[in-house]
Amino acid sequence: MAAVVVGAVVLTGCGGGSDDKEDGGGESKKPAATVELPKLDGEKIQVAAVWTGPEQANFTKVLDEFEKRTGATVTFVPAQDPIVNFLGTKIAGGSPPDVAMLPQVGAITQAVEKKWAKPAGAEAKAQLAKNYSKGWQDLGAVDGEQYGVYYKAANKSLVWYNNTAFENAGAAEPKTWKDFLTTADTISASGVTPVSVGGADGWTLTDWFENIYLSQAGPDKYDQLAKHEIKWTDPSVATALTTLAELWGKPALIAGGADGALQTEFPASVTQTFTGGDTPKAGMVFAADFAGVNVTEAGAKVGTDAKVFPFPAVGADSPVVTGGDAAVALTDSKGAQALLTFLASTDAAQIQAEAGGFISPNKALDGKAYPNDVQRDIAKALIDAGDDFRFDMSDQMPQSFGGTPGKGEWKALQDFLKNPKDVKGAQQQLESDAAKAFKS
Amino acid sequence: MKSATTGGAGTAVPAPPSPAKGKRKSVTGTRKGLAVAFLLPALVLLGALVVYPIGFSVYRSFLDQSGDNFAGFDNYVEIFTEDTIRTAIKNNLIWVVVAPTVATALGLIFAVLTERVRWGTAFKLIVFMPMAISMLASGIIFRLVYEQAPERGIANAVAVGVHDTFSESAGYPKARPLPVHPLKAGDAKGSFVTKQPVTAGTPALIPLVGVPPDKMPSDAEPAKTAGNGGGEITGTAWLDFTKGGGGKPNVVDSKELGLGGLRIEAVKDGKVVASATAASDGTFTLPASADGAVLQLPESNFKEPYNGVDWLGPSLVTPAIIGSYLWMWAGFAMVLIGAGLASMPRELLEAARVDGANEWNVFRRITVPLLAPVLAVVMVTLMINVLKIFDLVLIIAPGSSQDDANVLALQLYRSSFGTDANVGVGSAIAVFLLLLVIPVMLFNIRRMQKENRR
Repeated sequence: MAAVVVGAVVLTGCGGGSDDKEDGGGESKKPAATVELPKLDGEKIQVAAVWTGPEQANFTKVLDEFEKRTGATVTFVPAQDPIVNFLGTKIAGGSPPDVAMLPQVGAITQAVEKKWAKPAGAEAKAQLAKNYSKGWQDLGAVDGEQYGVYYKAANKSLVWYNNTAFENAGAAEPKTWKDFLTTADTISASGVTPVSVGGADGWTLTDWFENIYLSQAGPDKYDQLAKHEIKWTDPSVATALTTLAELWGKPALIAGGADGALQTEFPASVTQTFTGGDTPKAGMVFAADFAGVNVTEAGAKVGTDAKVFPFPAVGADSPVVTGGDAAVALTDSKGAQALLTFLASTDAAQIQAEAGGFISPNKALDGKAYPNDVQRDIAKALIDAGDDFRFDMSDQMPQSFGGTPGKGEWKALQDFLKNPKDVKGAQQQLESDAAKAFKS
Repeated sequence: MKSATTGGAGTAVPAPPSPAKGKRKSVTGTRKGLAVAFLLPALVLLGALVVYPIGFSVYRSFLDQSGDNFAGFDNYVEIFTEDTIRTAIKNNLIWVVVAPTVATALGLIFAVLTERVRWGTAFKLIVFMPMAISMLASGIIFRLVYEQAPERGIANAVAVGVHDTFSESAGYPKARPLPVHPLKAGDAKGSFVTKQPVTAGTPALIPLVGVPPDKMPSDAEPAKTAGNGGGEITGTAWLDFTKGGGGKPNVVDSKELGLGGLRIEAVKDGKVVASATAASDGTFTLPASADGAVLQLPESNFKEPYNGVDWLGPSLVTPAIIGSYLWMWAGFAMVLIGAGLASMPRELLEAARVDGANEWNVFRRITVPLLAPVLAVVMVTLMINVLKIFDLVLIIAPGSSQDDANVLALQLYRSSFGTDANVGVGSAIAVFLLLLVIPVMLFNIRRMQKENRR
């Protein structure tokens, strides 16, 4: 084990951190170390994240590599959503995990306000500066101090489609919202319900709204609405909801109709799109990149059976809405900082990218690391957006409005899915809930 | 707490020196100091774990969200004015009334009946078994049971199975014309009619789309254009959709299939004058009398398959969850009532039977009144249990109808945890729940005292 560590140090010494492209050449087979890690024999590190299943298994591979290089023992602590509550109880109990993966921008701010989070160390910041665009670095900073390391990114502006269903119907990937609706009609004519909506989970619905709003009303209004500087009764919201109703208002286009969609959880909404051979329950599903895991679980092959197109442009440009998990240190231990450094490095990103179902905001990561074209394209779209992407709006807002089942925006949009004619009512409900959440 | 406990033990140990005062008394004597010493650990524990939290909750319920300012009765006002919390109160009422009553009734029936069957113990064991499963696990089980899709949820599989035994689903659900087709929605719900009346000599076109491949009959043949049929009305009903695209609308393309079995009616002045069924290549012939009629495709062709009951929708979600609760707790009621039955004096039953009472009367006038105390215990226990129902609702109700299934304990959790939680409101709900439980508890204590006096 010591040899590996020494080797890592030597290699890094050669790279000198000046240029990682050179190291990239050697990365194709065996990952060469691009990051220097301290020796931490006997240290115990706990990482809390809400990941489960394959996502957790793949992350564990990254942790294994970290253990191999440092000698520390890393334990994965499975947390429940919302993770901030989970951490709250852990911290109140006096045993915080060393590092937590926080899925929302708001959660980092809260963790800082509550004085849970510890600033990222110099080594981690060096990795960030080397590998990340400014937009992604800033997302992890609060009041100019860097806390979070965005380890995992999500591209939430994608539509996954069943290739067989599209071929049978003779449909093509739509570029604009109008084309999208035409495509939906074509698929419907072929006897397959075109769109699957996982409406039992409110967040899938907020993503629908956010993509349409970002593309239609533009990034500036998007930022204002996220901060509640404009009200939900704003005409731009009405336009976005009316656009959304062009799809949601036609039960024939939605798998199971509105009632069925409201009882379909996100994983099922993906699975039902990619099972059933010639007659899947739905032809396409609007879902973030991480749906790839569910696609694979459904027995479909990403890239051949399941393909992806960017969310159609409602206004001038296609939207790029992102999400992501940021690693934040909650203790002052050396191990926590070392792990942050490792997670910010290209090495860690490479390991999990190869395992699939993972997009890294790390711009230094070689596209070859991704296991297939679909993942590569998703990652490319995300990196190419530079700093023009917008973070998931509901994740930026107070949790009682943007992140609680059966409450606030989740509930309001579920009601809207049930009754898409009532744009005004939906707006009022959204505004009154938002006002309450932002006031407190 | 720790120091207090050791303090208690400490006072207990130095007890022996007291004889020095010359007041030697037996252990059963009523020396206050000793009694207090023995009670102290229990009192300290109760105080720290029960009284103090209750007191603090009451105090906290009068503070605002931050916990710094006095808020008066604002939190209580919010409980009774906010819609979601009012739904929770309403649902709790339904729960408290329905669940214990039905569980007790079911338990009573099971207990009385199992007494009389040979394999009673085995039956009891099976009914009692769900009690061994945690609320969380049974929540997950019933989330699956109530799943909407009949191929996943057993409740709907049964509903659809029963329904389809009595009314079969139609041949082409979801089939419909495109706007470019010569068809429009008819006056009768779900039916389609031709935009123009048909005339003899011009074959009628009935193009439809939207039929899934697996719903096409296995003997479907490529559609044929009908001949002009010498005075009779002819036409073709076909699936105007070419696999892979490329077909032209309103044209019978080579790869397109006929809609065999589709029923076509000729309607003149609102009356059906003739009807026909399409052959497997889609062609049909109507008698000459149908000349000038409008062709109608009745709704029976397109009836949607029955999709089962919307168990977890807003209106049925609470009854559905109560159902899963009964599955768990009817066994509990049965076992307690069964024990009561076993200790019942047999002579009374025998006497009644000798006097000529039938089984129903024996059950109603002897068994139930004698069991009344046991039934009361079961009811009260279940009531207390039901007031704090939480896990089943949290797990079974999908996010979209969690609001409709809301109960106080769930609302307490939703109010007091979360990044912008309001612990004040949460505490107020907790206090309100406590107030609801107190009368039931008082009743229970009274009853126990009465029993002891007997």
